[in-house]
Amino acid sequence: MSTGNMNLTLKVWRQKNNNTKGALVDYKLAGISPDMSFLEMFDVLNEDLITKGEEPVVFDHDCREGICGMCSMFINGRPHGPKDLVTTCQLHMRSFKDGDTIVVEPWRAAAFPVVKDLTVDRSAFDRVIAAGGFISVNTGNAQDANSLPIPKMQADAAFEAAACIGCGACVATCKNASAMLFVSAKISQLALLPQGQPERYRRVQSMVAQMDAEGFGNCTNTGACEAECPKGISLENIARMNRDFASAKFVSEETI
Amino acid sequence: MSDINSNIPEGELTNKWTKFKSSVPLVNPSNKRTIEVIIVGSGLAGASAAATLAEMGYKVKCFCFQDSPRRAHSIAAQGGINAAKNYQNDGDSVYRLFYDTIKGGDYRSREANVHRLAEVSTNIIDQCVAQGVPLAREYGGLLDNRSFGGTQVQRTFYAAGQTGQQLLLGAYSALERQIGMGKVEMYTRHEMLEVVKIDGKARGIIARNLITGEIERHFGHAVVLGTGGYGNVFYLSTNAMGSNVTAAWKAHKQGAYFANPCYTQIHPTCIPVSGDHQSKLTLMSESLRNDGRIWVPKKKDDNRKASEIPEDERDYYLERRYPAFGNLVPRDVASRAAKERCDAGYGVGASKLAVYLDFKANTERYGKIEASKSGIHNPDKETCMRLGTEVIKAKYGNLFDMYAQITGENPYETPMRIYPAVHYTMGGLWVDYNLMTSVPGLYCTGEANFSDHGANRLGASALMQGLADGYFVLPYTIGAYLSKEISVKAIPTDHPAFVEAEERAKGILNTLINIKGTKSVDHFHKRLGHIMWEKCGMSRSETGLKQAIEDIRALRAEFWSNVKVPGIAEELNPELEKAGRVADFIELGELMCIDALNRNESCGGHFREEYQTEEGEALRDDEDFAYVAAWEFKEGVNFELHKEELKFENIKVAQRSYK
Amino acid sequence: MSGFGNALSSSIGRKYVMGVTGIFLILFLIVHAGINSLIFLDDNGLTFNVGAHFMATNWIIRAGEYVLFLGLLVHIYQAINLTIQNKKARPQTYAVYNGSANSKWYSRSMGLLGTLLLIFLVIHLKDFWVVSRFTGIPTVDANGHEDLYAVMREKFHDPVRVAAYVLLMISLCYHLLHGFASAFQTMGWNHSKYNGIIKGASVWYSIIISILFALMPIAVYTGLIN
Repeated sequence: MSTGNMNLTLKVWRQKNNNTKGALVDYKLAGISPDMSFLEMFDVLNEDLITKGEEPVVFDHDCREGICGMCSMFINGRPHGPKDLVTTCQLHMRSFKDGDTIVVEPWRAAAFPVVKDLTVDRSAFDRVIAAGGFISVNTGNAQDANSLPIPKMQADAAFEAAACIGCGACVATCKNASAMLFVSAKISQLALLPQGQPERYRRVQSMVAQMDAEGFGNCTNTGACEAECPKGISLENIARMNRDFASAKFVSEETI
Repeated sequence: MSDINSNIPEGELTNKWTKFKSSVPLVNPSNKRTIEVIIVGSGLAGASAAATLAEMGYKVKCFCFQDSPRRAHSIAAQGGINAAKNYQNDGDSVYRLFYDTIKGGDYRSREANVHRLAEVSTNIIDQCVAQGVPLAREYGGLLDNRSFGGTQVQRTFYAAGQTGQQLLLGAYSALERQIGMGKVEMYTRHEMLEVVKIDGKARGIIARNLITGEIERHFGHAVVLGTGGYGNVFYLSTNAMGSNVTAAWKAHKQGAYFANPCYTQIHPTCIPVSGDHQSKLTLMSESLRNDGRIWVPKKKDDNRKASEIPEDERDYYLERRYPAFGNLVPRDVASRAAKERCDAGYGVGASKLAVYLDFKANTERYGKIEASKSGIHNPDKETCMRLGTEVIKAKYGNLFDMYAQITGENPYETPMRIYPAVHYTMGGLWVDYNLMTSVPGLYCTGEANFSDHGANRLGASALMQGLADGYFVLPYTIGAYLSKEISVKAIPTDHPAFVEAEERAKGILNTLINIKGTKSVDHFHKRLGHIMWEKCGMSRSETGLKQAIEDIRALRAEFWSNVKVPGIAEELNPELEKAGRVADFIELGELMCIDALNRNESCGGHFREEYQTEEGEALRDDEDFAYVAAWEFKEGVNFELHKEELKFENIKVAQRSYK
Repeated sequence: MSGFGNALSSSIGRKYVMGVTGIFLILFLIVHAGINSLIFLDDNGLTFNVGAHFMATNWIIRAGEYVLFLGLLVHIYQAINLTIQNKKARPQTYAVYNGSANSKWYSRSMGLLGTLLLIFLVIHLKDFWVVSRFTGIPTVDANGHEDLYAVMREKFHDPVRVAAYVLLMISLCYHLLHGFASAFQTMGWNHSKYNGIIKGASVWYSIIISILFALMPIAVYTGLIN
């Protein structure tokens, strides 16, 4: 079925479930086309495995256009592989060479337990958002959208923070498995907008508390998260979160 | 002619919704606390409904098959969302949005529904901005708009090329807020496998926990399906890999009519297929047609590079055929025109199944404007191109990057190659004005229902409809039903109806696992997709459709005897999930062909070769086909047609003209 | 107070502690390097000894010394604490981890660099601080001040010690290179108009301080100053 002529050796993490130990397993693949996406290469592998009567590799993926944030492979030591600013699904085989050996592992963090093979549980992110990553406005409460002008620069900055797809590459790559880039992006988006002001200091406190409770590591400012983020979320968001957290804890009178 | 009741309120079109809202029965707060609503799907339509119903006080359970509600495929919508705000002062109004949508839908949608949609469109923008959705703004701090196909006003709100993502994250944050407050119970990585009916009413669902494989029973006083479209019946589409029809199809098999299944939107601007390995197609936002000009060489089988083809040897066929709308004709028209050119031998690229989308002219134009802004008079071409490229980059940078990533070509230097691809399905579960299906207590919202787009959806209207349904329509209309259910206590899930539904679901899973055939699920899915694309795709014919129906029946028989599903049902098993979905797609595919065969006319996304004008435009038959085809499922994969007549009392039905 | 306690025990609070103590130590290094640089006046250490005498006898400085030690201990304690937590956050490590693709080696190795500095500090304190504060400096200079400079000359006659000092100043440089800018990031002192200045200051500070310190043993050993 394949049309190309690349030969590859894959070392893929196989793990039955969260209660069993996993290991890297070797697979040989031939006839891979450079136009395939990385996940399409995995489709070929799985088709092979199914035909041979073996269990296919389980991995998360959905939109395959780089926006849903579901795909999550740690490829040759980097989340989403060797190219900057792309997700695994948008990585194409032309980024590899014939004869390459590619090691593929799941995101690794205590807060992201492995579910099976390359699939991990990222529900910790949802719980962090549920703790405060919103503006409390019930449907029907809104005023006219243009009654609140927002300086373009601020609106753009909020948008850039909001571009986060929640894939977890930041956690995966951080040597401390810290989630601060993800958390700070949401905090920043809302802190930059006038709509987000009423809950600004509550939000940063409750979201950080939840982040800590989930067992993520601490930020040591290596900058790896920013470098690996497929959406280019900036470290400045973490600085903003730190600033807001200090204001919330040491200046604001509201404690939660 | 109608044998089904759409429950459209009496009265003037413009007052129907207002009157309905003021007179619909209410449920008092203490009763709401005991009423449970199940919502399947967490995209724009599902998440917004779940959040809003929970805010109102109902007990809500929400299900999605992804690992987080934030990943629903609404997230991939790029271009924008329409609203009749008239912020640009270009003469927009609720009526114009209503009119454009009916006309864009080729006069195959309900006036009352579409007018309501246009009315609430403005509330959506307000709500989203209040939630902190960072829509694009002008320097003055006010919201920006852009144009989309099929309209002559600028009413599309957007957030770069990620509008769907931003709107979904807004709805998701509202949903997570309710989850945090304990008012919504969220079930991620759960797939609905059955609707449970008790005394004719929908009373719950059977869902499979995709991690453990456990089959669960869930009760609800009402069930809402916001499960998206079924474009993946074509295997290759712009839908997410997991997008499926299963929830809607199971509801269909329990008595919910499936309406207009053949209305499929083929989006004109997608990245062409590059090989057999292709697993999905990627859309390039329609907004690109604002600044990109579409052309093919005037000469057949021209193998020169785009840059080597001089201006006078290019055929800007959309501008030529449709001077009034040019490159901004509606999607169905643009797609068919591209297919026509490629079929006639004018296609470009290695596969010859592509046309050019060229930004050069507008890049230069923008460059000139930028140059004069910075005081450069009579700029040379190079300066114009350089400055203009910056403008294009700012507007569409992420789309250009995506194109470069997928094709390995630089779209700033050579024109993009594009070709139509399956994108959206206008058909879906039949619903009445209240968004209730033909099963009492079973509702359907967003792309999963058939309601608002007729035979063709206009760009930037899907987000509008999903959020309209979820935030502003369903929360009102569902009250009409639930107000009569307040005395119904939660039904224990050991009720025989739950047991029976669970057996049905388990039976299918076990059958699939035990076939132990020789061909993978994808093998069958690809074959189904091929049949559908060739015979029930951009153009359809009687002979082709009849052949397709036979082919699909044969494929179904082969699937159920020869599919190979590895692993067991009691674990995370994506192949088993796919198998169940493909089984439903095969049945749906047959119904789509039956519907297409039944509709002896061309309208919107449904183009029958036998019914076209001399210029090759779609030829409608309003006399015989101004109806919604609502199909009822019958034992043994048979279907019975019910018709809902479409009455146009406020709009004069005419042939669509974009010339 | 419980509010503050809970603030400081949070992940960001711990970072503040690292940042604040770090900035405090950064300021201390300026004073330390400044006074030590008096040896470069090449006046047989007379001015340097004046400075050392002042540092050893002024009560504010002496009090500050306790604060300094406290700051240092807190910095070390918190670093160990964070390292343990961070290890726990990733119990299963990667088979292949390509850190160099996305970050500087020294920013990932602050623990290692810090440990080296701690070892250095023990030697350094034993060499000079213990001598000046407790065991006593045997000689006095021409002004009658305790001749700490003489102690320095004696110690830096040992080539092994000189080499060790210089090498460890390189690790100090890298520790500062990350630590300086990192402290600003941690405190949230981040502004698009000033980020460049902070970055520049961070690099220059780290290099100048480390070179100054490294030059002292080199200058003494090679007889550049007498």
